[in-house]
Amino acid sequence: MFGMEFYVDPSRCIGCQSCLKACEECDTHRGQSMINFDFVDRGETIATAAYVCWHCDNPTCAQVCPADAIKKYEDGIVGSSLKPRCIGCSNCVLACPFGIPKLIPENEQMMKCDMCYDRTSVGKRPMCATVCPSQALAYVTPETIAATRREKPVNTFWFGNQKITTKVFMMAPADAAEIAIDVADYTWEGEHEVVPQAF
Amino acid sequence: MAKAPAPEELAAQFGPHLNYTPAGGWQGESSRVPETLVKTHCCFCGQQCGIQLKVRDNRVVGFEPWEDFPFNRGMLCPKGVKRYLQGNHPDRLLDPLLRTDSGFRKATWDEALDFTARRLRELQTRYGRDSVAVYGGASLTTEKAYLMGKFARIALGTRHIDYNGRLCMVSAGVAYKSVLGVDRAPNPWADIVCAEVLLVIGANIGECAPITTDYIWRARDKGAKLIVADPRFTPIARNADLYLPVRPGTDLALLMGMLHVIVRDGLTDREFIAAHTTGFEKTAESVEPWNPRRAAEVCGVPPEAIERAAHWVAESCRTMILHARGLEHQSKGVENCEAAVALALVTGNIGREGAGPVMITGQGNGQGGREHGQKCDQLPGQRSLTDPAARAHVAGVWGIEPDDLPGPGYTAVEIMNAIHSGEIKGLLCTCFNPLVSLPEASFTREALERLEFFGVIDFFLSETAAHADVVLAGSLQEEEEGVTASTEARVIHIRKAVDPPGNARRDSEIVCDLAGRLGKAKYFPYREPREIFEELRLASRGGLADYYGITYEKIDAQKGVFWPCPTLDHPGTPRLFEDGRFFHSDGKAHLMSLAWRDSGDPVDADFPVYLTTGRVVSQYLSGTQTRRIGALVDQYPEPKVEIHPKLAGSLGIQSGDWVTVTSRRNSITMQCMVVRTIRPDTVFIPYHWPGGRSANRLTHRTLDPRSKIPEFKVSACRIAKAAAPGGRAYAPGGGS
Repeated sequence: MFGMEFYVDPSRCIGCQSCLKACEECDTHRGQSMINFDFVDRGETIATAAYVCWHCDNPTCAQVCPADAIKKYEDGIVGSSLKPRCIGCSNCVLACPFGIPKLIPENEQMMKCDMCYDRTSVGKRPMCATVCPSQALAYVTPETIAATRREKPVNTFWFGNQKITTKVFMMAPADAAEIAIDVADYTWEGEHEVVPQAF
Repeated sequence: MAKAPAPEELAAQFGPHLNYTPAGGWQGESSRVPETLVKTHCCFCGQQCGIQLKVRDNRVVGFEPWEDFPFNRGMLCPKGVKRYLQGNHPDRLLDPLLRTDSGFRKATWDEALDFTARRLRELQTRYGRDSVAVYGGASLTTEKAYLMGKFARIALGTRHIDYNGRLCMVSAGVAYKSVLGVDRAPNPWADIVCAEVLLVIGANIGECAPITTDYIWRARDKGAKLIVADPRFTPIARNADLYLPVRPGTDLALLMGMLHVIVRDGLTDREFIAAHTTGFEKTAESVEPWNPRRAAEVCGVPPEAIERAAHWVAESCRTMILHARGLEHQSKGVENCEAAVALALVTGNIGREGAGPVMITGQGNGQGGREHGQKCDQLPGQRSLTDPAARAHVAGVWGIEPDDLPGPGYTAVEIMNAIHSGEIKGLLCTCFNPLVSLPEASFTREALERLEFFGVIDFFLSETAAHADVVLAGSLQEEEEGVTASTEARVIHIRKAVDPPGNARRDSEIVCDLAGRLGKAKYFPYREPREIFEELRLASRGGLADYYGITYEKIDAQKGVFWPCPTLDHPGTPRLFEDGRFFHSDGKAHLMSLAWRDSGDPVDADFPVYLTTGRVVSQYLSGTQTRRIGALVDQYPEPKVEIHPKLAGSLGIQSGDWVTVTSRRNSITMQCMVVRTIRPDTVFIPYHWPGGRSANRLTHRTLDPRSKIPEFKVSACRIAKAAAPGGRAYAPGGGS
């Protein structure tokens, strides 16, 4: 959709996995979700992260593909592998610094987020960003993001010495703050151990 | 009737089976362009998100976001995304069923309905009219809810009708009625974005009202402070500016501590209190002993945090207080909600944009389903069944004598108690799965086994329906037109997308047919839900929940109409109390004296740990629908106990271990997740599952004395490490 960009903000994510479920409904890969979703460390925190392909300006997956099966389109979207070319070697799966591509054995093909090409090419928003209840995944204009969010969009990433610039933006904290994540850090037992409800 | 058939006998036929793929498979018919896109709403929670259902060949084959609907603007939680998979489901009941010795057999409608009418009549003739009861539900459209109330009172003439909303909103309903004079959230959701301070207490918004997250995040984007009070570090607590880890069942102490600070520090809005409220002195006097230190000792939140929360709430003139089942599911649920409303009133935070107390409705039609006569003590329009003028009005609309209207009956749990004691012999139940959702499941099972007649209207064979003598194959939400009222009291249009499959029938058709067989056809002449709605408009006219000015066409044109809407040219009322007038006859809000009571199931040396129950985002209520949708089951397949590492460490328990949780009623054994996101003195179990995985085997039947809501959120238990069930491997999923 003209003028829209994709923004990922894990700090908004509530872990509902609506994106994961909705992605399966997408017409270019029906029944197959292309969302990457993680509980960061469920024992320590409720934090979750859902993300799509970052659609690199110079995609590593395409660089390492021996079959020339991965194409970046004119609008900056990097597609799934081209089925007739893909040899299922997994080079892209191993090389992608973000861990995005998936080898789908039953399709004998690498598949990944194509930013809902069936939708965005006809003026619709991607399925995941449309349904996301927390707008951790958002598909809006840069002006909207600048006007409404406290966090700042970033699309330059360093992986060791490899610098990657991407079409998709990560929202980074304007001022990083340290937060405690153990409920016990917030509870109060008084100067002495208090028997619950005994007062 | 007697015991349910053995589960294995039923499972093959009735499931729950998991449906993963749309009708015709992913690559089949569902991938083609839909014949129609039906703009309607999700069938699940009280957010009532707008959604478009893709229909081909009289089947719902998928969905498309509805981005023009203002409440959710296309957003959906995973339940909404996958809700369409309940259609074309292998477990769907396609015919009426009659009980046999070993299970159920298909029956004709005449056979099933004649049997139902005959048995109900026999019981009433033998034991009296009140020997049969009706259970309804808050997932029914408002038309169906209205119809159930009329059916109970005219076709059966029983005073016992109540609904599963009794397990949901009623504490807030009673509190808002007693303090503000009306049972409704006063503010539209758009107000949340305009608030400067948000106090979220007892509401796991990220999982139970997911779309509300976006409203809260947008308020935070604009600089609002977020306070979250919950025994668990819920998904939205992660971004809280102040997190208050309240001990289960002690929210009232926290709220009274905050009120104490507000009164003590002169932070009240004296002008507002004097002009628009009564009873402030009673509230102030009752919170006087609750200094932050005493409140802290009870609720386990540091005194400084109570002080800070109180100051934030009181020092802004745009404070909203959002609460849900955490406050309500307690034996002092009404007081909890009264205290939350009092916080708003004494600080003058009500009746304006971005200011007000707001209850978050849990069930789909939690609001609309409770205001038109399905509650045991109410008539349509939120009218009281004991008010002579209300009785006369509704009797007039119904064409009966006011004296023919039965009086108030028992509430949902009291009906089950009366079944258990033998006072009630027959039950007709729809849209309710009490065996999973009522507290102390073993008691519910015993009660169901004592029924002399049990009829169920439903579309799947729920765990409760397995006990029935007759099951009448009813309709899904998308198979019958109607309205619901969302959590904002926005009345919205549920459009019919498809016809019921097989020989299943529309719910309202079943109820009207049954009324006819009970000799009351002339009171139930409706051919379409629209005709029920037209009568409901008249029945509600002049009541608090006045729908007279609402039509299906107006709902479509305005994308919802907020009640009250008294005339056809009235636009509806998104925000209440803007003129400072409340709905009591004196125009004032009535502040209450607040009093502490202990939980009905206190912790002690034998049961030293608090147990609290709730929902996960991928399941809904008793799971009758969502435990049949593969993608949702995969997300969180089995209930797990959440335990803090301190408690787990003291018991030698590690994440993934099997543990037995024992309350004063029963024990269940399941796997645990050791997480720092819960109080060390508390464990949590989601309640969506039946049988040996049912959290409600552990809960107790203590009720709030006014709202009659069970105390699901506070039980006492003990935890012990258990052996893994024979050879069963660790099942991944759901974190840990």
